[in-house]
Amino acid sequence: MTTIAPPRITSLLEVSGVSVTFDGFRAINNLSFTIGPQELRAVIGPNGAGKTTFMDIVTGKTRPDEGTVTFGEVPRSLLRMSEAQIARAGVGRKFQRPTVFEDQSVSENLILALKAQRAPWRVLFWRETGQDRAKVAALAEQVGLQDHLARKAGELSHGQKQWLEIAMLLAQEPRLLLVDEPAAGMSFLEREQTTALLVELAKTRAVVVVEHDMEFIRRLNCKVTVLHEGSVLAEGSLDHVTKNPQVIEVYLGR
Amino acid sequence: MTRTFLARNPSVLWFLAALAIFTLTVTVLAEGLGLGLIPTAFVKVLGKTLCLCLVALAMDLIWGYTGILSLGHMAFFAVGGYMTGMWLMYARTEEIVVQALAGSPIPPTPDEVAQGVATQIFGVVGGSDLPAIWSFAHSAWLQLPMVVLVPALLAMIFGWLAFRARVNGVYLSILTQAMTLALALYLFQNDSGLRGNNGLSGLQNLPGLGEVPQSSLSIWFFLASAALLALGYVAAAFVTSGKFGSALRGIRDDEQRLRFLGYPVEGYKLFVFTLTAVIAAIAGAFYYPQAGIINPAELAPIASIYLAVWVAIGGRGRLYGAVIGAGFVSLLSSWFTGGMAPSIPLGFYTIHWVDWWTVLLGLAFVLVTLFVPRGIGGLFDKLPSPRRHGAQLGPDDGALREKEADA
Repeated sequence: MTTIAPPRITSLLEVSGVSVTFDGFRAINNLSFTIGPQELRAVIGPNGAGKTTFMDIVTGKTRPDEGTVTFGEVPRSLLRMSEAQIARAGVGRKFQRPTVFEDQSVSENLILALKAQRAPWRVLFWRETGQDRAKVAALAEQVGLQDHLARKAGELSHGQKQWLEIAMLLAQEPRLLLVDEPAAGMSFLEREQTTALLVELAKTRAVVVVEHDMEFIRRLNCKVTVLHEGSVLAEGSLDHVTKNPQVIEVYLGR
Repeated sequence: MTRTFLARNPSVLWFLAALAIFTLTVTVLAEGLGLGLIPTAFVKVLGKTLCLCLVALAMDLIWGYTGILSLGHMAFFAVGGYMTGMWLMYARTEEIVVQALAGSPIPPTPDEVAQGVATQIFGVVGGSDLPAIWSFAHSAWLQLPMVVLVPALLAMIFGWLAFRARVNGVYLSILTQAMTLALALYLFQNDSGLRGNNGLSGLQNLPGLGEVPQSSLSIWFFLASAALLALGYVAAAFVTSGKFGSALRGIRDDEQRLRFLGYPVEGYKLFVFTLTAVIAAIAGAFYYPQAGIINPAELAPIASIYLAVWVAIGGRGRLYGAVIGAGFVSLLSSWFTGGMAPSIPLGFYTIHWVDWWTVLLGLAFVLVTLFVPRGIGGLFDKLPSPRRHGAQLGPDDGALREKEADA
């Protein structure tokens, strides 16, 4: 039996009773989800279970029809905030396909992501300090891109782009990290590194990983939430949920 | 890694040097101060061209860097022209009225002068009262700030509505064009208070400088336009370099991604839209005194489309490209449409360039888009660069090469 995170006193993100309908199709149906400030959580589910819509709701891309989404020690509703405000509040998101600014250098990408003032006026008169340079160098080192800082991001390999995007996420210093299929397109070795990184990151912040790859999730060794038809089907350790007959029927049995 | 502004923008020094040489040459050769080899009319054409280069810079900022294809920036250009035009026309007319009334036995009261000016300016549209929008026109100190304030306010209101609603791409282009057309149609009306389709005229005379010949005035305006373009180039280089420039290119390439990095994308768009509207208006404020006349036809949507064509031919996304495009194409255009290009007799048909120039321009636009997507400015990339040895490691010229990677 794998260990389950100890009971939390506070939660960082609390999604409760959320529903959203697209043209009559209920993508999310009375979904409730909670994660603590230092927790790693895997979210699995068949295609169309609402995993991406769930992330869209938390990051402000999609507005739910009903329900509440609160974030932070002093819970603040995310529903009235724009995507940019939610990102500044500390929610970082990694997309399924690597999205870096291909026309710009690796260091420009990282500088853009560094936690700093985001208002146009402040950015216009922003000047790089020694501290910023050290941070960029450290981040590049962490993901093995230290020799590629001056190259355009578009020249990097697929895997390197994934790492650059992860470094950009870290540069934002988010308190909640939403990661969409990190293992997609990665080699075996890179997967190992990614697992280690995610486990390490979850020691200081909340990390939600959406993934199809069961082997990858097993290695994350964390609590698992199974989504089906827009709501939570089961929650618990991987062994626990894989024994659930409903989960076997809708997801694993196929 | 810290590099100075000039090191990060090597084109600035080259550009300023080229502009200085050009300006100096024209000044020396012009009729006003120097050898008289360049007639005044052509000095005015060159001065106007410099103003067009400045508005092309603005277009490059908003389109080439930020990815917003605005088809309304020539409207801001014309508004800037109207704002200076109001002051110039009022001051000029006032001088004439004062002169005419000087002969009368009793010195005229200020009210009589104002009434005389109003009748002079608005007699042509059958009015004799100065509309409320002319309230500031009697004073340069009150009217000239309007060159910046009016377009800025217009751009802010329009931009706020459009960007907040997340209008993007071709829909935004159509919206900006609709704004331009609406403004032009409004100005065409006689009761809009700006003399309808007559527009404003006599703008080539500066108040109080009636004695100065046009040959000298034209050089002054030419030099002012050159200084303005230099200033605009440095400002644009400042905006597009560093993190702000990165953010702008980020909006162009993937604005949603930038939002998830925490950047208020709508705020950036509004900022750039307003900034470029102000640059366009300032360019217009210096253009129309050199043209001497402004009327609502200047706001025709086609003008803004030409602006986009210049920037595309010159090479968008690089500042000197926009300047080269605007300068080259607009000078060529005045050569062809000015009747200076020789007609080509084909026997069965004679090609008159005045009629065929737009066809040629359209063809050039299509060819550039298809075969030279980087525009004329892109040719600078083909200049011999330092020998780098070795085969390319990456997909294109920017990539490291074998020997460099080892170093």
